[in-house]
Amino acid sequence: MSEGHSTYTPKTGLGRWFDARLPLPRLVYDSFIAYPVPRNLNYMWTFGGILSIMLVSQILTGIVLAMHYTSDTTLAFGSVEKIMRDVNQGWLLRYMHSNGASFFFIAVYLHIFRGLYYGSYKAPRELLWILGCIIYLLMMATGFMGYVLPWGQMSFWGATVITGFFTAIPVVGNWIQELLLGGFAVDNPTLNRFFALHYLLPFMIAGVVVLHIWALHVTGQNNPTGIEVKSKTDTVAFTPYATIKDALGMVVFLLFFAYFIFYMPNYLGHPDNYTVADPLKTPAHIVPEWYFLPFYAILRAITFNIGPINSKLGGVIAMFGAIAMLFIVPWLDTSKVRSAVYRPWYKLFFWLFTINAILLGWLGSRPAEGSYVLMAQMATLFYFAFFLVILPVLGLIETPRRLPNSITEAVLEKNKGGSGHPAGATASPETKG
Amino acid sequence: MSATDETHDPNRRDFLYIATGMAGLVGAASVAWPFIDQMQPDASTRALASVEVDVASLTPGMSLTVKWRGKPVFIRNRTPEEVKAAQDVKLEELKDPLARNANLASDAQATDTDRSAGKGKENWLVMVGVCTHLGCIPLGQQGEYGGWFCPCHGSVYDTAGRIRKGPAPENMAVPVFSFISDTKIRVG
Repeated sequence: MSEGHSTYTPKTGLGRWFDARLPLPRLVYDSFIAYPVPRNLNYMWTFGGILSIMLVSQILTGIVLAMHYTSDTTLAFGSVEKIMRDVNQGWLLRYMHSNGASFFFIAVYLHIFRGLYYGSYKAPRELLWILGCIIYLLMMATGFMGYVLPWGQMSFWGATVITGFFTAIPVVGNWIQELLLGGFAVDNPTLNRFFALHYLLPFMIAGVVVLHIWALHVTGQNNPTGIEVKSKTDTVAFTPYATIKDALGMVVFLLFFAYFIFYMPNYLGHPDNYTVADPLKTPAHIVPEWYFLPFYAILRAITFNIGPINSKLGGVIAMFGAIAMLFIVPWLDTSKVRSAVYRPWYKLFFWLFTINAILLGWLGSRPAEGSYVLMAQMATLFYFAFFLVILPVLGLIETPRRLPNSITEAVLEKNKGGSGHPAGATASPETKG
Repeated sequence: MSATDETHDPNRRDFLYIATGMAGLVGAASVAWPFIDQMQPDASTRALASVEVDVASLTPGMSLTVKWRGKPVFIRNRTPEEVKAAQDVKLEELKDPLARNANLASDAQATDTDRSAGKGKENWLVMVGVCTHLGCIPLGQQGEYGGWFCPCHGSVYDTAGRIRKGPAPENMAVPVFSFISDTKIRVG
């Protein structure tokens, strides 16, 4: 849909001069003003914009926090407290940054589940989806390393546990772990390199975001019907229609964000991280940040050896495998129909999967004992079954509902309060509903 | 490398192509290595090789934790009951049948004697107090075997530091150590 040639016409002499030498205004005009978007996008499509401003917010607050932070094990904890008490507006900037990470993940999870529900990963958007998965991986690495920087108890032990994953790799595992830590345990070299990488990775995310948006503008957006755009009536211009919708979504999202910053800034954190790191004392109950909890539950669910794979390696494989599932979703789903709106069975399993993911998150926050272990094992089994069994099989056996012929038809049908009757088919395709 | 190109000497170009490629490859690899090598533990970290500990004050049932290479080492003077409990365990009940004792051969069995400081010093248990799962520090004299319990992911160790339950794959490691006198231990 971006095939159409550019409609940009510079109005001033300077504009024409610029356009002939570096057509950057043309790129912006074509991408964010004249760019056609499906007319039926709902508010679930505003999270791309929300994620963009969260990335900008994290980079801005992060850069100013770095001006006051010290990445030395003897000074790091104190420098964070100094930011909170002495630095002008430091408390606000730090709360924006720490809660910003959580809200970044809230938005990315909604964005991912939107993609799963409406089949946004299907051809021709596989690369778009995979680039998104790469951004998600980079976000997880950034979030993890950022959590280490305050050098509290959870920082230290979180870093110990997560770098410990690599020791599960046969033969070279210990070497890799020492390479990551710069020592035999988490210590000053670890903190320093994590700080350097925590500063680097957001810019790599920004780079992949550019590719993600590029890929999006090649294929065009998916939409709630999952039907490709067929004619001009199926779309509206990005500005003002999508811009204003995105802006409203952002404002509402930022209201929630502000509520957390001002009224419950530590709700999503862990009190143990206000205790300075002690390498000789593990807190009674280690939990990662909330956005890692489902994967943490999967890691702990493997308590048994599987043939030559011991429980530790098995847990690490299961955890990374859980993320790897996302990368191969485009090829696991065999259905020709994209949107869950027209797939009654997929819709059911999608919601079961969502509930299961939340259940895994809750289990990840519980201690690994008693019935929690068994529940985590069952939930892990369902997690993998959803991707490896349900998705491929459902596409083959499910009878989808009748698809409208076009986005316009779907919109008109809905606006007439239509039953399944294809009234829209007779409507003039030029009519705007 | 096209041999059909008649206006140039293909042999000379082939040679330059391969030689440049090889030099570039070797060059890239030798430049990459310092960037990887700097990540490895530095000289000051590797220098912290051994510590000496006075254990005269440890009566049976008491433990001591010392820091060695940034990790805690548990030194425990075990009670006779604890030693007995560990000796009574059959090897086939163990999840990890190897002693994991750096002072013994790598295939030594995880008998209580081979886990401890050896014959005559069975009451002494010296081990790196790091859970073999993901590196947490287990809590002492807890869990259903009266040994150690790792709060992170629920691994349970017995009174000889052997893994009995939970996700950890191995017994806790016994580091290189020796009694340099009756009351002094050198770790490392």
